[in-house]
Amino acid sequence: MSTPGSTGATAVSSTGTLGRARDEQGRNTSLAGFDASAPLLQVTDLNVRFPTEDGLVHAVRGVDYTLRSGEVLGIVGESGSGKSVTSLAVMGLLPGSARVTGSVKYRGQELLGQSDRSLSRVRGKGVSMIFQDPMTSLDPVYKVGAQIQETLRVHDKSLSSKAAEARAADLLELVGIPNAAERVHSYPHEFSGGMRQRVVIAIAMANQPEVIIADEPTTALDVTVQAQILEVLQTALSETGAAMVMITHDLGVVAGIADRVLVMYAGRPVEIGSVEDIYYEPRMPYTLGLLGSLPRIDSTTRERLTPIVGTPPSLLNMPPGCPFAPRCPLHIAECDEAEPERFQVGPGHTAACIRTEQVAGAHGHAAEVFSKTADDATPVDETMPADLAVAEGGRDAAAPVTPPGDQVEPAAGTPGGTGSLISSPTSPTNGDRA
Amino acid sequence: MSAPTTERTADGAPGRGEPILSVRGLEKHFPIKGGGLIKRTVGAVRAVDGVDLDLYPGEVLGLVGESGCGKSTTGRAILNLQPATAGSVTFQGRELVGLDRKAMRPLRRDIQLVFQDPYASLNPRLPVFDIVAEPLVIHGLTKDDKELRSRVRELVETVGLNPEHTNRYPAEFSGGQRQRIGIARALALQPKVLVLDEPVSALDVSIQAGVINLLEDLKNELGLSYLFIAHDLSVVRHISDRVAVMYLGRIIEVADQEELFSRPAHPYTQALLSAIPLPDPRRERARQRIIITGDVPSPANPPSGCRFRTRCQKFANVLSDGEREICMTVDPKLETRGTGHLNACHYAEATSVL
Repeated sequence: MSTPGSTGATAVSSTGTLGRARDEQGRNTSLAGFDASAPLLQVTDLNVRFPTEDGLVHAVRGVDYTLRSGEVLGIVGESGSGKSVTSLAVMGLLPGSARVTGSVKYRGQELLGQSDRSLSRVRGKGVSMIFQDPMTSLDPVYKVGAQIQETLRVHDKSLSSKAAEARAADLLELVGIPNAAERVHSYPHEFSGGMRQRVVIAIAMANQPEVIIADEPTTALDVTVQAQILEVLQTALSETGAAMVMITHDLGVVAGIADRVLVMYAGRPVEIGSVEDIYYEPRMPYTLGLLGSLPRIDSTTRERLTPIVGTPPSLLNMPPGCPFAPRCPLHIAECDEAEPERFQVGPGHTAACIRTEQVAGAHGHAAEVFSKTADDATPVDETMPADLAVAEGGRDAAAPVTPPGDQVEPAAGTPGGTGSLISSPTSPTNGDRA
Repeated sequence: MSAPTTERTADGAPGRGEPILSVRGLEKHFPIKGGGLIKRTVGAVRAVDGVDLDLYPGEVLGLVGESGCGKSTTGRAILNLQPATAGSVTFQGRELVGLDRKAMRPLRRDIQLVFQDPYASLNPRLPVFDIVAEPLVIHGLTKDDKELRSRVRELVETVGLNPEHTNRYPAEFSGGQRQRIGIARALALQPKVLVLDEPVSALDVSIQAGVINLLEDLKNELGLSYLFIAHDLSVVRHISDRVAVMYLGRIIEVADQEELFSRPAHPYTQALLSAIPLPDPRRERARQRIIITGDVPSPANPPSGCRFRTRCQKFANVLSDGEREICMTVDPKLETRGTGHLNACHYAEATSVL
């Protein structure tokens, strides 16, 4: 642990220490299909299924996005919405049992289906990743300097160990670790949580990647430390010129850092747009509901929050129709017929809802749409939409169109019957540690 | 906002009435044992180190701070779940510190606790009915089985769950529903005070909002008082009447909600408020952030004088060497210092940071 007096200097010199490391001979041409003019990262129809005892869990159901150079794409959603699984699939880090289909192209090179060996050439150098928990993403038995040097030397065999150590110290200094030249000899346990996350960021930016995927990088940290780390991330982006995919459940973090936002629900993107579109003119009722359920630190009036009733559906047996329909105040019969595609609702703004005009009328004020069903605290009775009553009975039953008699008493007597992956949506470890 | 209204006192409390729960000089120290064969106490983690609080009937007092500041320990010491090292806790004029389990039991009817983690705080092997009925059975509050059934049914309905489902086990409920079960259990004995220890921080936002609304409704309908412990200041602002900010085992600022959020006077409160990202891109990007450096010092060895000085931006960048002297030597007391509310900073200055 750091000493009481240790201070993490957040002012970081932008002398461009990393600039000289930009490799001349072009990067990552080693995989087939490299095309410098191709989009930086293109994910098309990504699907991830996990076989479980209860059946196939369809955790990611058709994710499409394109990451442009230099931009920050925020991916938001509640726990269990598939945000992290999406990014692990992009990095090829899912367990072998996962069934991944679709396409992930980095500069035209297909990453899906590559061997671990060839992916290693891209990981860390083309696309690098920052994980949520800095307590577990560093190896406790190696000094932090050694862990940074490993990242450097694995991509540049000609780098001498002396040069690597010097670069490691430079990197630590860049992410605001005081006495960097000495701290390279420290072990991870000698750092506090915020300092460890700085080390993780240093590792992620070590090889000047073009894409950094940050999976809840500040969720495990206190707010004052979160503010420090968000600054370091901005530094990392300006130093490396990388584009970033920022995965978080914190709508405040995304508002500050993202250029575009992708909202995920039940394994699918339900709305994509510029950060202003999403926050001020959302078109998908789920996005609207999410914003309305947030208590605001800057609000002087104490408006009642507008919760979204019910819980996300089980990804085990998805009903036909819109997965949000059981919780949606704008739900009509048509919503249950087919899952809507994402429709164009504005320039660069798409939303997966057939009633976007009704959402548009609210102009981001959730209470106007959600007021009728907002009273989540009332006892369950016939006047409530099916969602709350259904949600009580375990998520297997979340479909309002479940054939009668199929499962009259859903989930009763089968504790944990929804499988480990399904129980994760409300896992406390993924909670709202803002 | 303007200066506090006249009928409010310096800590933002309504000037009339007696506090229902009163905490004075509360301390909870955990011994650090040395190595070797004979374990000797070589020091103490001063988790709670002199906390004063008053909770008035019908109010929500938010207790906020970062992890490790001692807010949860304060809650547990108040309830006598972890005996306090020193200080006094009086509930309706009765001293709680030093009471043994048996003497404490009748008082537990009046002060109940809702835990943070709805996955760990419910016995996985008991059906929900038994979980909610347990306090009623232990305290012998229902005369027969029929009354017990109707009382549990009523409680479960109060928290917005379907009473048909009380034969199910906690594992069959989602996080938000489990937290409602925990609240139903806490309400079973018709308490006057609820200590809520991070009751919504394990929940997703859309679920969290429902539980917050429920807590507000219950407070209004049942006339409860809450000590609401949380690290999420947005939630605390939404639900609290007054807010106390903790740092390293001490309360460093107390004021009514409006006052604290619009005119924070302690540099730590200012930094804390300024660090919270706003879910509003234009306002968020236009903000000036006060970023404090470093991490929370060890509570086993707090800095001399003001405990916040090692991270204080004012100390580091604004004050002269002469002015710093007092920060390093004198422990600031909780006083108003002309800011209109209690704070513990020698150079307190109320400013808006949101």
